Order: sequence, then C-alpha cells, then structure tokens
Amino acid sequence: MTVLTSLAAAAPRRPSRFARFRRRALATPSFMAGAGILAAILALALLAPVISPHDPYAQDLARRLIPPIWQDKGSWDHLLGTDKLGRDYLSRLIWGGRISLLIGVSTVVISGTIGTALGVVAGFFGGRVDAVISYVITTRLALPVVLVALAAAALVGGSLAMVILVLGLLLWDRFAVVARTATLQVARADYVAAARAIGCSTRRIVFSEVLPNILNPLIVVATLEMAHAILLEAALSFLGLGVQPPLPSWGLMISEGKQYMFFSPWVITVPGTVLVILVLAINLLGDGLRDVTAPEQRN
Amino acid sequence: MALLDVDRLTIDIPTDTGLLHAVGGVSFSLERGQTLAIVGESGSGKSLTSLALMDLLPRRAIRRAATLRFDGIDLLGASNRQKEDLRGNRMAMIFQEPMTSLNPAFTIGNQLSEALRRHRRVSRDAARDRAIFLLEKTGITAAATRFGQYPHQLSGGLRQRVMIAMALMCEPDLIIADEPTTALDVTIQAQILRLLRDLQAEFGMAMILVTHDLGVVARVADQVGVMYAGRLVETGPVERVFASPGHPYTQGLMGCIPTPGRTRPGEPLGSIPGQVPNMVGDLQGCAFRDRCARKIEGCLGAIPERRLAADHRVSCVHDISIGSAA
Repeated sequence: MTVLTSLAAAAPRRPSRFARFRRRALATPSFMAGAGILAAILALALLAPVISPHDPYAQDLARRLIPPIWQDKGSWDHLLGTDKLGRDYLSRLIWGGRISLLIGVSTVVISGTIGTALGVVAGFFGGRVDAVISYVITTRLALPVVLVALAAAALVGGSLAMVILVLGLLLWDRFAVVARTATLQVARADYVAAARAIGCSTRRIVFSEVLPNILNPLIVVATLEMAHAILLEAALSFLGLGVQPPLPSWGLMISEGKQYMFFSPWVITVPGTVLVILVLAINLLGDGLRDVTAPEQRN
Repeated sequence: MALLDVDRLTIDIPTDTGLLHAVGGVSFSLERGQTLAIVGESGSGKSLTSLALMDLLPRRAIRRAATLRFDGIDLLGASNRQKEDLRGNRMAMIFQEPMTSLNPAFTIGNQLSEALRRHRRVSRDAARDRAIFLLEKTGITAAATRFGQYPHQLSGGLRQRVMIAMALMCEPDLIIADEPTTALDVTIQAQILRLLRDLQAEFGMAMILVTHDLGVVARVADQVGVMYAGRLVETGPVERVFASPGHPYTQGLMGCIPTPGRTRPGEPLGSIPGQVPNMVGDLQGCAFRDRCARKIEGCLGAIPERRLAADHRVSCVHDISIGSAA
C-alpha cells in the first residue's frame, strides 16, 4: 500500500460539527422556540430546590386557596396562590415539572428502544420475522392504553415507577410502525447493497446504514410520544391511579383542584397552562429537530 | 492460474409460475489485469451473473456452480465471514445507480474511509489521505473539500467517481462494474469509461464490465462475452468477436450499431425482431432460435460449443467457420 502514504493537499478547515448544527438550529424558528421553552422548564425543574420559594409539601391551613398575584386578594408571598391545603402553588408547580419531564423522558427511552428494535428487525429481515412482529404490533394496537394502564394501576397500585413502566411498555407501537416502514424503504436502497459490496456485516449495516437513515421520523415520533406520555400521566393522576399525593404532579394538581374550580379557577388553569406549554414546546422542538437534522440540510 | 474461474454457473429464481432460469450454465475465466465485458439485452442475466460473483443475489435466488473460484478461494464453500472479508477488499463492485448508491446520512469522506477501515487497520488520517488521493485520481477537483460533503451535494457524474474511488480504496484484484455509465449523460459516460480503463491499467486490476452498450465494449474490454437468455452464446477477444462474430445473435447485435457513413439518415436502424423467450420452466435447445434467421430442426436439441479459435467460442448448431458470417 504505497499509495496510502502519499499525501493529498490539506483541506481547508471545515467548521466543526457543532458549529454547523448551531448555524442550522438558529435558522429554524420552531426549533429555537421549542428548545428555549423546554430549556426554561428544564432549568426550573432542575433548580427546584434552589428557586422554589416554599417547601412544596408544607401545609398551612390558615392560608388556604390564596389567589395568585394578579387577582385582588393576591399576595407577594405566594405568587401563584396556594391550594386547598395551603401549599404554595408555584413551588408545587416547579417540583411537579420534574415529575412530568422524568415521565416523558424515561417513557420515551423505554418505548423508543422496544419499538425501534422491533420495527427495524421486522423491516430488515422481512418474511416470517416480519409476520410475527407485525402480529405483535397489531395486538398492541388493539389494546386501549388508558384502560390497560388503569387496570395495571388498580392491580399494582399507582406510583411514579409504575406509571413510567406501564407507559414505557405500552407506547412503543408508533415507534415500531414508523421504524418498520422506514426500514423497509432503506433496506432496499442501493447504498445498503453497496455497503454489502464493501464487506459490511449485517449488524454493521443495521447500525450504520439503516438506523441513521430512519432517525429523522423516529425523532418526531419520540417528541410526539413524550408529549403523549406526559398527558397520559396527567390523565392517570387525574383519575387517581397515577402519581400519588402528596407528590406534586401537574395532572394531580388539576385533579385535586377540580372541586374548587368554580370559585378558584386558577387551581386548574395554572397547571393546565404549563402542561399545554410543555407539550407545545416538545412538539415544536420535534418539528424543528426534524428540519435541523435532515441530511439535505447538512452542508 | 486465472484470477477468477467460473464454471457452469446457474441462477434460478422461484416465481409464482415456476422456476425462472435466469442464468443457465455460464462459464468463463478471467486473468489478472484483463477486462471482460459481458453484453446482452435487458433480462439476459448479465447483472445477476455479476451479483452472483459477489454473492449479493436477492435472497430468493438460488446459485449453483461447478466451480466458482477467486484467486484459489472457493467462493461456493466460503463462510459469510470469508465473503465479507473478500468483498470491498479484494473484489469490489460499482453499481449502476450512483444517485442512490451512497448513504445520504454520511459524508462521502466518511463512507470512503469506512470502505478502507473495514478491512485494514489504518488510522483515520491515513484513510482520509488515501480517500483524497483517490478522489483526485478519479478527476475530482478540490477533493479535500468534496471529502467533507454529503452525497446530495454532488452531481451524478461526481457520485459515480466517488463510487469508483470507493471501490478502489482497498486496491482490489477484481472490480465488477455493473453498467457504470448507464445512468449518466453521454458526455460524462466517455470520461468515466476512460477513467475506469486508466485506473485499471494503473493498478493492474481485473475488471468485469457489465453493459448493453457495444461501443463501451469496443473501447474498454479485452474479452467479451455475449449473453442471451441466461447463456453465454459467444466469448472471445474483442477484436475477433467484433471482426468476425460467430453467433447469429452477435451478428444481429453488430448489425444494430449505427455507423456514421454507412447508416443513412432516415433509414431505419438495425434491430433484431422478436423478443427474449420466457425463461420460466425448462428450456431445451437454443434460446435464440425463434428470432434466428438460420433456424433449423437441430436448434431444438443440444447445442454444441464450437471453437473458432483458441479462445473464441460460440454455442450454435451451425458449423460456423470464420468468414461464413455476415
């Protein structure tokens, strides 16, 4: 290999991978908006012990249902008011953000792994493997998520770990369907044959030819599913079968506030609004991320 | 010893209506540094033959052969591991469609380096140098810049050059080019062919060129094999086959080439009437007989292989001798 040593002209310095990513990200407004809001919520959640003005669990029955600051009887001591037990609403909201994000992320990690693995295997190997996995997917699609989650919660009892596990094990269907379809297309592509022709093994082809090329739709699915999981947690907690009190969760806050909503509507609108903002931010981010990471955008 | 020895290679594909005999008993051998062109019309099995050598046939296809030997290595008995080590390393392939043969998710530099690092223990920098060296060899200007670009940023001609560079990364002994210029426009075709021929001479590789373009054959190949309906009907050195084609099909093909001066404007171009026979089910005798002007009773029986010269062979019932043709 004498030619190996012969050297070619040095290339002009290319901007680093990160610099290129940043430039594309800055040019995608939905990405920036989603990432900005999400970063803010994430920062608040992570810094909860430092910034929350009160202990989210401290009850004070003398100061029940104080309205938020923008209402007549609002108090600077409790910016977003207090709940029926006199707990500071802002503090509970900040701590509750941790729960929502934790559930969103861990659910997607679990369901994404299961779904992508199943989908890629089905799409790549086809034939009987595909038939069996497609059967499993259809079976899963026939199960109503909320009902199964409720049944599981009723059997095992509601808890944070239970919610994550149940949602993680149930929400993989969209990953599997999308991964399978995308893999079917990619596996037939000429560059997969070309990879075989340069001596790549099947494992290598799956990981370096198929996966990177189906990542874009999967990222979008991941953000949708993250938002989905957060909403489902809220629904389960609202029904009393998700996160258990006194743990602060946004869904639980809405649930606990429902009897006071006529005279103290903020107990529902405040956690409801942040829930909407979080889900919106995640969806914006997913949408933007697709644009930012699409190969046609890389240059 | 020949670099590549193929004896009675058959490829069958099960279909709903029966077994499709896509390739039926193809034999040839190829020496180091030589170029064999396989010509034939669409569906004659030339692409499948080349894929069979790399063992890249579609999953359903059944490959059989008496001998399939590459540089002393029996390809029929080789393990998957052995085959993966050969592919890209000692035998490389260039595909027909440069537009879709590169992975859109990675830079071409990444893919070129990968082709080398898959088989050799070399550093990232060494692989990069080798890639840029070969990109320049294939006539790409500003190779160092191209190295960091994605496939969608390159034109078809550039991508085919990249594919060629990729095939050359490990200095293979054999390069199989499956219609490498079909998808390119005419001005680029000639450049790519000249490039392939020059690189082949420079690196001393053997090459199998699959094409349906006789002009390409005349310009690039040493040996030519004419395929019809899954069989090699005529093989021989290019000059001999072009000067005195033996098989009626080859003669027909030569008649189809428009020649400036001889083919008059407005006159119909040459063609061979009829169609390739259905290759499902058993096929006896000569597959070309229904389109052949010299069809006789004997065409239905076994077809002998005749030697017109030491390395010029024709499968036909007629006792073809040099000069009787055309």
